[in-house]
Amino acid sequence: MPYTKRRRLVSSAVAVTLGATALAACGSSSDDGEAQSGPVSLTYWTWTPGMDKVVDLWNKGPGKKEQITVTVKKQASGDTLVTKILTAHKAGKAPDLVQAEYQALPTLVSNDALADIGGNVGDARSKFADGVWQQTTLGTDAVYAVPQDIGPMMFYYREDLFEEYGLSVPATWDEFAETARKLKKKAPDKDLTTFSANDSGLFAGLAQQAGARWWTTSGDKWKVGINDAATKKVADFWGGLVAEGAVDNQPMYTPAWNKALNTGKQIAWVSAVWAPGTLTTAAPDTKGKWAMAPLPQWDEGGSSTGSWGGSSTAVTTDSGNKAAAAKFAAWLNTDGEALNALAKESGIYPASTSAQLSGAFTTPPEYFSNQPDFYTKAAAIAETTAPSAWGPNVNVAYTTFKDAFGAAAKNKSDFTAALDTMQQDTVADLKKQGFGVAE
Amino acid sequence: MKLPARRTSYGVKGAPYTFLIPATLLFLLFFALPIGYAVWLSFRKVRVSGLGLGAGAREEVWAGLENYTGALSDSELLNGALRVLGYGCIVVPVMLGLALLFALMLDSEKVRLAPFTRLAIFLPYAVPGVVAALLWGFLYLPDVSPFYFVLDRLGLPQPDLLDGGPLYLALSNIAVWGGTGFNMIVIYTALRAIPAEVYEAAKLDGATPLQTALRIKIPMVAPSLVLTFFFSIIATLQVFSEPTTLKPLTNSVATTWSPLMKVYQDAFGKGDIHAAAAQATLIALATLVLSFGFLRAANRRNKQEAAR
Repeated sequence: MPYTKRRRLVSSAVAVTLGATALAACGSSSDDGEAQSGPVSLTYWTWTPGMDKVVDLWNKGPGKKEQITVTVKKQASGDTLVTKILTAHKAGKAPDLVQAEYQALPTLVSNDALADIGGNVGDARSKFADGVWQQTTLGTDAVYAVPQDIGPMMFYYREDLFEEYGLSVPATWDEFAETARKLKKKAPDKDLTTFSANDSGLFAGLAQQAGARWWTTSGDKWKVGINDAATKKVADFWGGLVAEGAVDNQPMYTPAWNKALNTGKQIAWVSAVWAPGTLTTAAPDTKGKWAMAPLPQWDEGGSSTGSWGGSSTAVTTDSGNKAAAAKFAAWLNTDGEALNALAKESGIYPASTSAQLSGAFTTPPEYFSNQPDFYTKAAAIAETTAPSAWGPNVNVAYTTFKDAFGAAAKNKSDFTAALDTMQQDTVADLKKQGFGVAE
Repeated sequence: MKLPARRTSYGVKGAPYTFLIPATLLFLLFFALPIGYAVWLSFRKVRVSGLGLGAGAREEVWAGLENYTGALSDSELLNGALRVLGYGCIVVPVMLGLALLFALMLDSEKVRLAPFTRLAIFLPYAVPGVVAALLWGFLYLPDVSPFYFVLDRLGLPQPDLLDGGPLYLALSNIAVWGGTGFNMIVIYTALRAIPAEVYEAAKLDGATPLQTALRIKIPMVAPSLVLTFFFSIIATLQVFSEPTTLKPLTNSVATTWSPLMKVYQDAFGKGDIHAAAAQATLIALATLVLSFGFLRAANRRNKQEAAR
């Protein structure tokens, strides 16, 4: 009896040890990103619609050859996903691949959630404009993501109504203000556009065009320039237009806004390359009546634009197969077949310069069938995108923007004061967290 | 002889505790533990060094009461509390007043179509809060609302319901619309439980229906009124989904309009779960003090009345 009992003890001890080694093996494999032998399966968090179809191309083609299978997990977009990634990362369980907007990259890197994939993306760098690529390196030698789509900003207007009211397409912001006033005089119940405080990306893009650099580094300190001269110029400009009633002050993306666009109550929209998709649903009755032009400029004869939206594919530090994941990220965003599929299935505007004039982008979007050179023009505008400068607490600046500018737009009060609030809150948050901040 | 007797008595004494184990375990696991974790988080913070890029730049450290002093000196949280107070001053009296009125009317003898009316008043409670807010939000927007269309046709003034003072009315309206039915059912059930002899006696004494309602019905359903008041206070302090749903429609609702919205914003917008945990703890404490304070006051009054 005692003998059998001891044997059982020994065998269970062995089982426990085996289990422990198996666990340890799991643990070590997830630490070591390079080693991969045999089939690999990766999880990819993205909000892009139709991404599963694009990933299927990989799983049936190059992925099959390399034995790398990618599974798509559909997620909520933007900041919600950032929070989710950070929470998962805290538990050490972030997926292998994630979609992240450019302005979220510093936040993710600062939480040590993104891996440096510089060594695994081959010659991806050559496929992108410098300004776009720079956003994925954060000015360091590392590469934290591969750019996927971009949102160069443009000016959209109702061609027919501009003609009716005798307006010309503004080339400068001064002309833009004049156009708004002229329209108010001719048709007091109409607005050229609205200043909306519910999407911080729009304002950030406008500031970027004016040459603002919101976050820069000097040594090991961050310098926040949200209320720099360039941004102040933009804030004053829009604050002035709102105060004098030349443009509306109601938010975008509301049923009222949709109706205003659809009925011609608002006859222009400062937006980005993805606008045709939004207009298709917001203003279906005015299809074919809109036209796209470059964004008005601050300096006559200048050519510069900001970006609103756009995202990248990144590999997390929790991934057990970083090299494989990076390989997929590079394929997804540089391979011709993949980019064609992304354009067709997901309707994205590719960051890859070669893709901007091929495949789906040789014909204009259906909504803009009246403008055959839509994408040729778009590609030319994309080239003029001003560099952007993101920091580790963009989310704080963005939420402060919504409240401060929302109140200022509502009360038609001083936009510069709202901008100062944004600056103060952003700096205070950095300090509170312990970041080095240069005054 | 003595020993076995003692053993049985011990077993009987232990039995209740054994039966309590599952409930206690569940309570600890799904109630006490998460709350404890939130409180623990509220005493900590993240410390970043330098640029905060790369591995090891971020660590969680002990913060002491820092998050609490931060929350208490945050004017936005206080303003949010004041806004909710103003909102509650409209919602609670109007909602409970209407609920009581409807319950008394349904309980009166002359009412027709009672089951249908009861259902019709109760039905909005079955509509989820977010859906109700969306529905009303569309009705408040001048450009798409049929009400404004009618006002416009009649040449009447068209107030902006999503701004300033009217915003409180607009938000309260959603809560009253959704909550009256539930409270009415609670009060109505209490009314039905009053024995018929009481009414008979009142009738014989020559009481009019109004006198019966004021002198007999209302005092007898006072405990239900206390209960509904208690629920309403808690619901008011926790208002979140209605202003959050209306927020994208207007510049007037800030992302930190109510204290709970501020907690949400800090946790998921700004990514500071530690500050959010401290605020959540404070709100929980305030809710506890307010609601139980009210219950005690109500009980004390009841006792005094009973003694009289």
